[in-house]
Amino acid sequence: MARTGFKMRTLHFSHAILGGMLLWVSIPAHAALQVFACEPEWAALIDELAADKASVYRATTAQQDVHRIQARPSLIAQVRKADLVICSGAELEVGWLPLLLRRAANPKVQPGKMGYFMAAEQVERLDVHATVDRSMGDVHAAGNPHVHLDPYRMMTIAQSLAKRLATIDPSNADFYHDQQQQFATRWQAAIKKWEQLALPLQGKTAVVHHKDWRYLLNWLGITTVASLEPKPGLPPNANHLARLNQQMKTAPAAMILRASYQAARPSQWLANKSGIPAIVLPYTVGGSDGAQDLFSLYDDTLQHLLNAIGASDLK
Amino acid sequence: MTLIPTTHASNEMNPAISMILQGQYAGYEQSPDGYELPGFMLGGEAGLNSEGFGLGHGELVMSSNIDDRFFGKLTLAIADHDGATEIELEEAFIETTGLSYGLTVKAGRFFSDIGYLNNQHTHAWDFIDAPLIYRGLFGNQLIDDGLQLRWLAPTDFYIQLGAEFGRGERFPSGGASNDGKGTQLLFAEFGGDVGDSHSWQLGLSHWSAEVVGRQSDAHAHGGATETPSFTGDSDISVIDIVWKWAPQGNYSQRHLTLQFEYFQREEIGDVELIGSNPLETTTYDGKQDGGYAQVVYQFMPRWQAGLRYDQIEADNRGSDDAILGEAGLDNEGHTPKRTSIMLEHNHSEFSLVRLQFNKDESYENSDDQVYLQYVMSLGAHGAHRF
Repeated sequence: MARTGFKMRTLHFSHAILGGMLLWVSIPAHAALQVFACEPEWAALIDELAADKASVYRATTAQQDVHRIQARPSLIAQVRKADLVICSGAELEVGWLPLLLRRAANPKVQPGKMGYFMAAEQVERLDVHATVDRSMGDVHAAGNPHVHLDPYRMMTIAQSLAKRLATIDPSNADFYHDQQQQFATRWQAAIKKWEQLALPLQGKTAVVHHKDWRYLLNWLGITTVASLEPKPGLPPNANHLARLNQQMKTAPAAMILRASYQAARPSQWLANKSGIPAIVLPYTVGGSDGAQDLFSLYDDTLQHLLNAIGASDLK
Repeated sequence: MTLIPTTHASNEMNPAISMILQGQYAGYEQSPDGYELPGFMLGGEAGLNSEGFGLGHGELVMSSNIDDRFFGKLTLAIADHDGATEIELEEAFIETTGLSYGLTVKAGRFFSDIGYLNNQHTHAWDFIDAPLIYRGLFGNQLIDDGLQLRWLAPTDFYIQLGAEFGRGERFPSGGASNDGKGTQLLFAEFGGDVGDSHSWQLGLSHWSAEVVGRQSDAHAHGGATETPSFTGDSDISVIDIVWKWAPQGNYSQRHLTLQFEYFQREEIGDVELIGSNPLETTTYDGKQDGGYAQVVYQFMPRWQAGLRYDQIEADNRGSDDAILGEAGLDNEGHTPKRTSIMLEHNHSEFSLVRLQFNKDESYENSDDQVYLQYVMSLGAHGAHRF
């Protein structure tokens, strides 16, 4: 939850005082594009594409469950000032984003406006349901919204976002275009490297805490055999875990995955019972010491996965 | 319920529809018919739920963006009163969705932004019953028809200033005085975060009304039915504070909410007993104040426990103490108090079962109360308000 990329120009002393006062009243709209990022991964993507042209407010951290955020005063104040609100969309923030938008009364970022950018809605999503019933748990009719761990979808989103940035801030249109080109080149090279590294992961199986890993595992060719949550959004319970333990006896998975914001106990319990390694993945930027930007998020995630199967191969 | 796949949360082509189903079992030591708050003229929904099994009011809510400028919401409350099913228009308002300069205009019938709890629906409360001060002053909640203007400051620190202008026909105003512009509210809200784990909000509000003929519960008196009625000026000042804590701001495991509100009301005017013969009247100079403090703790996923303490007090004067007494405005030397504890289980975000105990000393006969309640939401996903 920090502001980045804001650079204060050198000012004369008298202007500095006035500037300081203005700064308090409103972090200047003229200095940089004001971006409100619902999740750290989108803040990181803005950092890649806009660098110091944007000042990003991170609404959540990797330690928070974004399904459960409240529309608290500080967030309302930040949306009020935003030129761009970037979120996952596809109903991930359904409990708080619509309320923030209404309370903030900011015409630039209302649904349908240029300042409203829903990343997951720029790409095709997996698990779009023709019918949804709440007895299925907290399933999103619009499909799984956790798209940021698929590098190909990320590249598409980066393209759309660069175009959007150029529309909102035309004076820097060329800059955003160049940044996106450079990002795409580096990202494609990274994908090659990652896919090479990830070869040993292909065909492995995993138990997941929640369906956060849908796109990552789909990309890496890892099969999800079970979830610790009995239904999406419902916390793991003893009966369900006991059943999973039985299932692991007949068909053991290679690893148990959870995000840094999820409770440790269910996956540790199953790991102790079954001997399958339980690993914590960063999930998003800031979710581990290693995951400091989008590139290192993927590096670190792969490292953890490879360590896990290395560990299980030794057994 | 079947939803058509959409990329938008609440189905933009159609209104988001949700329903609330509520019911409870209530057990009392004292008869709920004898309930009173000495020194307060009760009206609106004040009073206890009927004893035994009962249905809380159901709600049907529809809301949608109307176009790129307006949002609209309608809430129907459906409840049984004395065997007849009544549908009440609880909320029906429109609101601008981005006027610029941080301004919002809301018009129609809505819960006033006075205090913290007032603009929350009963199903969003942490306890089954309203705090005593809400029961005593508003008959549970202040709802009015009118206009609200809000301005959100362009600062990192949350500052919101607002005003409401209301018709003032419903309890506790009455009479729709001043040509149907009987009430005003001014309010200010401040809030922010302290690190990742703490968030807070402070509210100040002041409500004033020109009251014409506010009636409270009738009572039989020597064969005649007499209904107390107040005409005069009413002023309420409020301070409310909410502090929330969740480790690293992650609400899914554990979180704690501290909440405190304090209200002070001053009224001056006349009270008469409609139905008395000859008509009995008295001057009335009323002072009522009080509030509540509560703490609610989610100690593990799906489980919350809460503790609440209420205390209110009335100090009313008038030219005829006997008539004040008959109007319920004599405090009878009693300070109403109540202590409540509750435990609730949320199977999912959409269902809740709650057990609550009250040690209720609203009036001279102390009452032990037990409630077992369910609250279920169907349909559109509710908002996570702070």
